[in-house]
Amino acid sequence: MSLKFSEEANSKLEVLYGRYPSKQPVILAALHLAQKEFGDLRDEVIEVVAKTLDLSKAHVFGVVTFYTMFRRQQGGTTTIRVCTNVACMLRDGYDVLAAFENKLGLKRGESNADFSLVEEECIAACANAPAVVCGTKYFLDVTPEQVDEIVDFLKSNPHPESEVC
Amino acid sequence: MPAEIGQLLVTRRFGDEENKQITSYEAKGGYKIARKAMLMPASDIVDQIKASNLRGRGGAGFPTGLKWSFVPKDATDVHLVVNCDESEPGTCKDRELVYWDPHLLIEGMIIAAHTLGAVHNYIYIRGEMMREYAVLVKAVEEAYARGYLGDRIMGTGKQACHITVHRGAGAYICGEETALLNSMEGLRGQPRLKPPFPAIKGLFGKPTVVNNVETLMNIPFIVDQGGQWFADLGVGRSGGTRTVCVSGHVEKPGIYELPMTITFRELIEDVCGGMWKGKKFKGLIPGGTSMPPLVDSELDVPVEFDALMTDERIKPVEVTEGVPFDMGGGRQLRTMAGSGGIVVFDEDTDVVALCSRIMSFYHHESCGQCTPCREGTGWMDKICKRIAAGKGKEGDVELLGKIANGIAGNTICALGEAAAWPMMGFMTKFRAEFEAKCIIKKGAAA
Ligand SMILES: Cc1cc2nc3c(=O)[nH]c(=O)nc-3n(C[C@H](O)[C@H](O)[C@H](O)COP(=O)(O)O)c2cc1C
Ligand code: SF4
Ligand code: FES
Repeated sequence: MSLKFSEEANSKLEVLYGRYPSKQPVILAALHLAQKEFGDLRDEVIEVVAKTLDLSKAHVFGVVTFYTMFRRQQGGTTTIRVCTNVACMLRDGYDVLAAFENKLGLKRGESNADFSLVEEECIAACANAPAVVCGTKYFLDVTPEQVDEIVDFLKSNPHPESEVC
Repeated sequence: MPAEIGQLLVTRRFGDEENKQITSYEAKGGYKIARKAMLMPASDIVDQIKASNLRGRGGAGFPTGLKWSFVPKDATDVHLVVNCDESEPGTCKDRELVYWDPHLLIEGMIIAAHTLGAVHNYIYIRGEMMREYAVLVKAVEEAYARGYLGDRIMGTGKQACHITVHRGAGAYICGEETALLNSMEGLRGQPRLKPPFPAIKGLFGKPTVVNNVETLMNIPFIVDQGGQWFADLGVGRSGGTRTVCVSGHVEKPGIYELPMTITFRELIEDVCGGMWKGKKFKGLIPGGTSMPPLVDSELDVPVEFDALMTDERIKPVEVTEGVPFDMGGGRQLRTMAGSGGIVVFDEDTDVVALCSRIMSFYHHESCGQCTPCREGTGWMDKICKRIAAGKGKEGDVELLGKIANGIAGNTICALGEAAAWPMMGFMTKFRAEFEAKCIIKKGAAA
């Protein structure tokens, strides 16, 4: 089975090539698109990206492993990023994270079909701590009591991170 | 005239949902200043920016006019890159700035591009900022449709001006300007050795100016009302207003644009409604987690760039008890204005746990290129964790000082200092709390 970018992805990449002196700078955009279309960045996906951009697999692999948003294995539809950095920590962000773990039956770093739960570093929403981000959706000034409601909301309104690719 | 409370520049459109649309922005006079700038010679604009005392809002407070003047006069293929990576813990202004006023950023970029002779310009936005990415992409498309961007800058035929929004993918270090450039080039986001500086050899090997979002959003105001006017809003060598992000234990956390002269005490008491739940103040982080904290006796200092580095009321940070950190040239490190992220904590806060959380952040974010940073952040994280857990050993506090001192000044980029300085600062200001938790005697089994 050989994987292929969709027509739509290819035309997006074509536009981007025109914005840079070579194809290499398009790698992050290509990887975001690949993760959207193929679900993760397993070896054969890395191969597709390498071929598309005329780069070595080793180069692409090196880039993939540097950034935290790229995943090598399938995750849940919606990634829930819960900040526990200082501003959020001071306003009980760890309790919010624990409430997500309880509600989802997942530990931080784990996934099921619907959700991946991530303990995140500061997401630049410190004035509304504790903060949670899921794709384009922010949940601000979150309390542990609101977590049930947030999860139920996301179940019926998924916010995959691929929505802005 | 010095700025007054309530006099807003970059945050004045906060809460105005319509303003994201180009028609609404234009209706309020938007893009008129860029048009005016097209008629000004580049050297005049640089002079105005120099006179304005505008200092970079990304963390280092470097004078913007001076930075622009480092680009060689005869340079071709200059690039302007906007740093919208905002990941310094405690900082949350740039994300909101681009969300509420994307066209102000684009207008600032058009003026900067005209001044620098830059054709291909980029906004590097942090990967997790998906909502803001969508806002920026739409705003850029609108600006193209209206002819502000494209092959003829503002339709004048003087030069082309293109803006591409470039998404990151999760890595704090990509906020460091040379790591950002490597990331943009499609490499791992690791910082470069300097020199050469980006103004000489930056993106794709060409002269490049990297500026913070807020820095560029101030440019239209300076061109409109003049450098002197902007300088007068501020104080000393810090022109304009100061946008701070206040979080933690205050009643009203928020993003506030204020006069440079306001003190931390006024900020907490008058602007932020005092301490949360009426608790007592213990300390604050003044400019993102990279900066040494301040305690109560140090709160009467203004939030302005120079005061935080030089005011005698702020105690210098120490490496070993009683030995201040030597920054070279006889200077001692007090603290810095940094990114404007102010994190306030109250009397009930376990500062060792707080410092430990900061160390785990820098350990996680070190790119691993330099041994002092890679190993040192790991050790500081580990030792802070064990002290926080009440399992510190006799001598651990001194060890932390030694490690921090071994990192600062010995690394490729400033992430080394960003980790070492708060470590030294917390130890200086809250030493007793660290020592109280180091209870295991030397030689005893843990
Ligand atoms: C580890 C590290 C992280 C940084 N992160 C950011 C950032 O997220 N945003 C930013 O504008 N500057 C950041 N900076 C500062 C940039 O390197 C650079 O000085 C700044 O973007 C220049 O813009 P300015 O002169 O307008 O402030 C960071 C620096 C370091 C050392
Ligand atoms: S100081 Fe740290 S983050 Fe900076 S280049 Fe060295 S290892 Fe990387
Ligand atoms: S510390 Fe949580 S959003 Fe900044």
